[in-house]
Amino acid sequence: MTDLPLTGRARPDRRPHTLAEWRAEGGYEAVERARNMAPTEIIDMVEAAHLNGRGGAGFPAGRKWRFMPERGTSPGEGPSYLIVNGDEMEPGAFKDRFLLEALPHQVIEGAIITARATHADEAIVLIRDEYRPGIAAVERAIHEARDAGLLGDLAIRVHPSAGRYIVGEETALITALEGHRAVPRKRPPFPAQSGLWGRPTTVNNVETISLVPHILSLGPQRFRALSRTEEGGTKLYGVSGRVQRPGLFEAPMGTTARELIERAGGVSGDGRLRAFQPGGGASGFFGPDRLDLPLDFGHVAKAGSMFGTGMLIVLDGTACPVGFLARHMRFYARESCGWCTPCREGLPLVAKILDRFAAGQGRRADLELLQMTAAEAAPRGRSFCDLMGGAMAPLASGLSMFAAEFEARLAEGERA
Amino acid sequence: MSLSPDLLARIRAASDEHGGPRAAMLEALKLIQHEHGWVSDAHLAEAAATLGVHRAEMEALASFYSLIFRHPVGKTVILLCDGASCWLNGAEEVREELKRRLGIGFGETTRDGRYTLLNVACLGGCDRAPAAVVGRDRRLVGPLSPAGVAALLEDGL
Ligand SMILES: Cc1cc2nc3c(=O)[nH]c(=O)nc-3n(C[C@H](O)[C@H](O)[C@H](O)COP(=O)(O)O)c2cc1C
Ligand code: SF4
Ligand code: FES
Repeated sequence: MTDLPLTGRARPDRRPHTLAEWRAEGGYEAVERARNMAPTEIIDMVEAAHLNGRGGAGFPAGRKWRFMPERGTSPGEGPSYLIVNGDEMEPGAFKDRFLLEALPHQVIEGAIITARATHADEAIVLIRDEYRPGIAAVERAIHEARDAGLLGDLAIRVHPSAGRYIVGEETALITALEGHRAVPRKRPPFPAQSGLWGRPTTVNNVETISLVPHILSLGPQRFRALSRTEEGGTKLYGVSGRVQRPGLFEAPMGTTARELIERAGGVSGDGRLRAFQPGGGASGFFGPDRLDLPLDFGHVAKAGSMFGTGMLIVLDGTACPVGFLARHMRFYARESCGWCTPCREGLPLVAKILDRFAAGQGRRADLELLQMTAAEAAPRGRSFCDLMGGAMAPLASGLSMFAAEFEARLAEGERA
Repeated sequence: MSLSPDLLARIRAASDEHGGPRAAMLEALKLIQHEHGWVSDAHLAEAAATLGVHRAEMEALASFYSLIFRHPVGKTVILLCDGASCWLNGAEEVREELKRRLGIGFGETTRDGRYTLLNVACLGGCDRAPAAVVGRDRRLVGPLSPAGVAALLEDGL
């Protein structure tokens, strides 16, 4: 079980454990351990374990936690917050749903320990509304833990959201919790200085939080050793799209796409791998030449894409990459919060052009416009938050990797 | 039809639990929707008055979220995933079959008031693509196929 710390205890039918069942499996031992540790000791362990955040950006969790002020040292009054991000809406991502539904006590354990490390008085687990089974499971786990006195003085509650991908962006999420339309905020100030209600706040992904208890139980060395690379622990990878048996696979950080696609039963359709996105919808495409790349944040970034959610989307030889890109861009266009112009105006235009290409009505000038938009809008800082830049990554890499398909669609358009 | 005293009491309680009237607006909208199936203009105004916020603020919030319904919806809401993994696995054929059988498009409700069909972002069910989420308890169903649509609808949902 220790080589699958995150999912080893999950049941095939996802039925969550009661508190008694969870404790029989060693649950809450890590919480007991944390109770006797100073917050800095916990952070030291998490840093030594090389835990990178699993929400998309891969920021080191321990380093983020160190920004949180000790009790009584931040100006003003009020609590500090921990927010567990369960908004999961990135195309191709289905890992947090599983962790919330099948292993809710693991999330609560992680939240208790992280709250202690970050001096947080209140924890909020934000979960998207479509994840009702996950919401119910986590709410029940909170009740049980509270009744058993395991929460100490930590206040913790679930906040079910109500749709919209942008809510998952951490500053938009904070704005949403304050009752506004979920529009991102400028950083700095970072949430650790001024987050929810202007108070120190840490935001971490569900998977990040779920890994925390295992760092305490296994110790940082053993946790690190679970990985094949410099980045610690296992990863809950997922493979979907054109594969025989799409699914979730917990595996050492640094596992390759070749191994993962094999575990998913191989490529479906014509059986030939055309391309894959290594980290969900907002990651640039890789071709078959990257099948043996160790998949972690560092390696994938160095190879020119983004590890993101670590969820692979696979395209076989018969999948139309132009139509696929069009579908992606329609999603990002719809989910734009509308705050800044490049994203609000640019994404619908891009989506419309791609739809035309997919329908065989592409025009040369349109292709140039796509290339220009991808080049101009991809770098950080060209739009207010990373939604636009994220959307541009598959577009930019797709335009070059699938240039032949675009040309073919162009020719169809010119013939018509 | 105005909001029940019980519902109004719960909206006021939400204001305490969520850190004030503004933060409680979403919860108020959800409470209304849970009871009435959707949020009418009259109900929205009443909840805003109860919380002491401007109704325009409440409207701004309600119109932002895709799962707060400002029109009546059918008894069963079908949220069909339009994400990329579902697209790769035949979501468009399922969509066409659903539209054909129900006689409606996205954003519409059948005349008998039984079904509303909506498209949504990736549902976290890409391992069951093409996937949908149906009914009040948001049950995940999939993999769907055009042939399976009839059975899905007959299931009573
Ligand atoms: C448009 C957008 C959507 C995001 N959605 C999510 C999400 O649903 N869940 C999540 O954990 N992080 C999401 N993120 C990343 C968060 O902003 C943040 O980096 C993350 O929650 C931090 O957690 P971690 O440090 O544990 O990775 C999103 C980012 C962007 C730009
Ligand atoms: S990039 Fe898009 S989602 Fe982000 S702030 Fe601008 S409009 Fe909103
Ligand atoms: S793309 Fe449809 S559930 Fe993920």
